[in-house]
Formats: sequence, structure tokens, C-alpha cells
Amino acid sequence: MTQPTAGALLELSGVRKRYGQQVAVDDVSLALREGEFLTFLGPSGSGKTTTLMMVAGLQQPDAGSIILRGKAVDRLPPYKRDIGMVFQHYALFPHMTVRRNIAFPLEMRGTPKAEASRLVDEALAMVGLPHHGERLPRELSGGQQQRVALARAMVYRPALLLMDEPLGALDKSLREQLQLEIKRLHRERRMSVLYVTHDQSEALTMSDRIAVFNDGRIEQIGAPADLYERPASRFVAGFVGETNFLTGEALGRDGNGARVSLAGVAMPVSDRFLATPGSRVSVAVRPERVRLSTTGEGVPAELVDLIYLGNARRFVLRLAGGAEWTALMQADAAEASEIEPGQTVRVSWQGMHATAFPM
Amino acid sequence: MGAWRVLRALACTLVGIYLIAPLAIVLVISFSSASFLRFPPPGYSLRWYANLMNDPAWLDAIGVSLQVLLPTAFLSTALGTAAAYALVRGRIRGGGLIGAFLLTPMVVPSIITAAGLYMLYRWLGLNGTLPGLVIGHVVVTLPYVVATVGSALRSMDPRLEAAASVLGATPFAAFRRITLPLLAPAVLSSLLFAMVLSFDELIISLFVGSARMRTVPVQMWSNIRGDFDPTVAAIASLCFLVALIALGCEALLRRRNGEKE
Ligand SMILES: Nc1ncnc2c1ncn2[C@@H]1O[C@H](COP(=O)(O)OP(=O)(O)O)[C@@H](O)[C@H]1O
Ligand SMILES: [Mg+2]
Repeated sequence: MTQPTAGALLELSGVRKRYGQQVAVDDVSLALREGEFLTFLGPSGSGKTTTLMMVAGLQQPDAGSIILRGKAVDRLPPYKRDIGMVFQHYALFPHMTVRRNIAFPLEMRGTPKAEASRLVDEALAMVGLPHHGERLPRELSGGQQQRVALARAMVYRPALLLMDEPLGALDKSLREQLQLEIKRLHRERRMSVLYVTHDQSEALTMSDRIAVFNDGRIEQIGAPADLYERPASRFVAGFVGETNFLTGEALGRDGNGARVSLAGVAMPVSDRFLATPGSRVSVAVRPERVRLSTTGEGVPAELVDLIYLGNARRFVLRLAGGAEWTALMQADAAEASEIEPGQTVRVSWQGMHATAFPM
Repeated sequence: MGAWRVLRALACTLVGIYLIAPLAIVLVISFSSASFLRFPPPGYSLRWYANLMNDPAWLDAIGVSLQVLLPTAFLSTALGTAAAYALVRGRIRGGGLIGAFLLTPMVVPSIITAAGLYMLYRWLGLNGTLPGLVIGHVVVTLPYVVATVGSALRSMDPRLEAAASVLGATPFAAFRRITLPLLAPAVLSSLLFAMVLSFDELIISLFVGSARMRTVPVQMWSNIRGDFDPTVAAIASLCFLVALIALGCEALLRRRNGEKE
């Protein structure tokens, strides 16, 4: 029996789930703090939904424990967990009006009629659909259905709200608008939220913390800035934000930190991972950390293309050895650099901005 | 192109005539004035319908048919719906096998089912009884209910029940408030279909019925084997009418539901 973490609403330890031979979730441990917005981010099939289902009680873990409000919930059926959930495709009841959909959880809890009606009105107003109560779900647009699903999941004020790719089916501008609304509701209601997405930019903008899933495991869990600036694995570096990779050979440390040989040039990297000299490493550098110059030190590269982004410029580079990199520069810095496509440049960076992952 | 279209229209018309002709002939003969079967009839009258209404043998048969059909339809629909739910949603070991077993009366020749029932009933003393007939009819109508409701369940999103459960519904509440209303069209159409099947059923009724327990098809059968007059055509036309009404109800149900879906 593991000791509950102080202040944790929900705690998973060593949770596993397999379907036949397929391991869906492999040893997942995490704690959700009271009032926290925690996002599961990962590619499709990485076990996010399965983990959420086990929290909701819709799937049973094969091993490990799930502790909700300090109590193990292994044997607690979903309808006794008092959790709110927004499903991937909303799962609104097609034969019930919007009002009756939202009233359903209140009815199941035996809330008195008048009180329930008031709460439904409030929930409809909260999601901006005060006049849609008598419609059927199929008479609503995708965005409106999503709001109804949200209202239904929140109307009974569950302490924990689960959302499985709730915005996956919507177009970009609606997504961004609803992202802000969900954040606002989270703030106002002081709920704890477990949010699932495969969209890294959505995860970065919405979350207090992000758990990056890969192949049924959590690769890293931390604040957005932690993940972005200090990815724990090559997978996280590649999945969260945009990253350039180059394979090289570890050289060891000197007075200024670690060094790696890339295309025959010794380049600085942070010393977060200690690779034995001579071993192969994959060096990751974010596009906005890449520096370009026509003289001095650095990996030789050819500027293949220069893409105009309005406020910024994207430099597409081919490094010695063939890897394609991009560098991002603000408009004025890019203009000052006076580099033209076809020109040969030197690519460099500060050691603290490059990570060498063992391979 | 044109010739092809004409050919196609011709083929459709011929198939249509082929399908409808027997019914049309029976319908016309039921209004015949002659006391023998002749087509076209020499004249028209309602005497065979009058005969039907005055003949206690036919009235008894209609009574028995109704007494069998109603409990059969309700029992079969209730049991079939429950079985379909258990087979589709439950995690039953060997569920596939049980499902296949339930459907066997649909593929086994009904004379075999009938003979089997007859022998079993001899032992149980159920031959010639109303419960015996009802049980026999449930056996042969159940597969259709299980198939209809089962396929409706399979096409229903299981996440709806999962959502209901997370929202606080006990399994029973979820079934009553979500699953059952969404299955209602399939359940009602099973009910109607079970009624029609039971009303139409001959072989089981022939085996496990008795002289006093004769359903309409049995009475028709014995009438045809004796010296038969257009009364059979009259009752056949009535059966046809009943089936037509049932089909009409089913179509209406489907339409209304199609609008809601
Ligand atoms: N009901 C199921 N039966 C069998 N395999 C499943 C089932 N649900 C999920 N899986 C498998 O488990 C893995 C994780 O799936 P899932 O949790 O849905 O991932 P995600 O939500 O991250 O896309 C996948 O390989 C998927 O194919
Ligand atoms: Mg998923």
C-alpha cells in the first residue's frame, strides 16, 4: 500500500492494463493535485484514453492502485465515483433534449426538481447556450454539442473532471475559443481537471502540468516550460514543440560543460545527460535557439530556403551530413543577418540550449 | 441505352406480377359467388366472408390464434430483448455459442423443431394446451427478436451507456433511461413481427395443437385438405390485411424514428 500524497485528489501508482497481448497502459504513476489542470499528451494509441477510463471506473486496471480522495476505488463502480467526464465524441443522449441531457446526472442524484431546473439554467448560461435547452443534440453544431457535454459533466459540480480530446473534432478557431472557455471554467469552479489531447500546442497553452504518454508509459511529467526547456527524453523533445536533431559523438566535459562532435565540429551541449565519451548521441536544439553567422565557429550548413512569417522568418538549412534544420528569427534580427538562400553559414547555439540524448 | 431501360422496366414489372399474382387471385376468389374455386369467378358476393363469421370452427380458430399470438409476442419480445442485451453487452463466456444456439430455430427446418416439441410435450403433457402452443411459438419467434434487437444494440454507441454510468446511473437506470428508449423502435418492430409470425405459424401448431386447439393456419390447412370452398380465400385475404396493417405500423414507426434519429 502506497502512502497517499498530501494534497492529491487522485493518485495512480503502478497502474497497468492490457487488452489480450496488447499492453495499453504500462506502469503509470501520477498524482493530481486539488484544483490542478493536468493534461495527458501523447500520440494516438499511447494509452491516454485507457488511463482516463480506469480513473472513471469504465475499465479495470490489471495491476496497481487508484486512490481517489484518499480512498482506493478498485471496487467502486463509475456511478459511485462522482466524477465528471466529457467523452471524445461527446456521447450526448440522442433521444433527450439538451435540458434533459444536462438534468440527467441531477436526476440520478435525486436532486429536487426546482433545484435541478435552476442548476440546468445556470449550466446552460455558463456554456453560452441559454436558449438551446429544448433542442435535440443532432440539431446542434459540433461546437454547441461540445458545450452541452461540458455543461452535463459540470452541472453536478464534481470535484474531478475528465476530458478526452473534447476539442478534437472542431475547427481551429472554435478550438481556440473553447480552450479559453474551458480554462475560464476551470479557474472559476476550482475543479481538478484531467485533460487528454494529442495536440502539443493545446497542452502547452492549457495545462498546469503535462504528462507525456508514449507506448503506454509516462515519459515525463512536469510544467509546460519544464517539458519544453528540459525534455527528459528524445521522444519528449520531438513531441513537445518543434526540435532539430543531429546525431554526433560525445566528447566528454571541459571547463565550460559537455561537448559533442557534430560533423567534425566540437559543439557545446548542456550536461544534463552524461554520455560516455565516444558514444553516439542525438543532439536537440529548438529552432528559436539556433544562431546563424557567416563567420566564426559552428556546424557548416547551406541555407536552402527562407520563409516569410510576417513577424518572424524561418530559415531552412541543410547541415553538413545532410540533416535538415530550421532556425526561427524575429523579423529585425533576420533582416540584420543579411543571409540569402544558397549561402553557406555556420550554425551554432549556447550550450545550455542543446541537449544530447544518449542513443 | 433506351432499350436497356425498357428491358429493365419490363423485368421489374414481371417480377412484381409474379409476386403479387397469387395474392391478387386469392383476393378476387374470396369475393366469388361460386361455391367452387374458379378464376375468374362467375360472379361476386360476400357470402364467404359471411360464412367465415358464422362458422364456429373459424371463429374458434381466430380466437385460439389471438390467444396464442398475444402472449407469444410479448414473451418472445421480453425474453429476446433480455437475451440480446446479455449477449451483446454482457461479457459472457461462450456468448457466441449461446447466440448461435438461440438462432437455430431460424435455420433448422421447423418440422424438426415441431417433432421435437411434440415428443417433449408428450412427456410433459403439454400437447393440445394453450401454454404448449405459446411456448412452441416463442421458440420459433425468439430468434427474430434476438437478431433484430441484437443488431440494433450492436449499432448503438456503447459510450452512451458508459456516459450514463459516469453521470451517476446504476446499470438498471442506464438500461431503462438510455438503452431501452434507444432500442424502442427495434423492440416494437420485433413485437409486431412476432405477432405476424405467430399468426402465420402452421407446422408447430399442427404438431402440438389438437382438434380443440386449432389456430387459423391449422384450420386453413384442414379445410384445404377436405372439400374446400372460397372461405379459405376469405380468411387468407383477412390474414393478408392483418399483415399489411402490421407492416404499415412498422413503416410508420420507422419513419417517425428516422425523423428523430
Ligand atoms: N477496447 C480495446 N480492446 C483492445 N485494445 C484496445 C482497446 N482500447 C484500446 N486498445 C489498445 O490499447 C492501446 C491504447 O489505446 P488508447 O488508450 O485508446 O490510446 P489513446 O487514447 O492514447 O489513443 C492502443 O494500442 C489500442 O489499440
Ligand atoms: Mg484516445
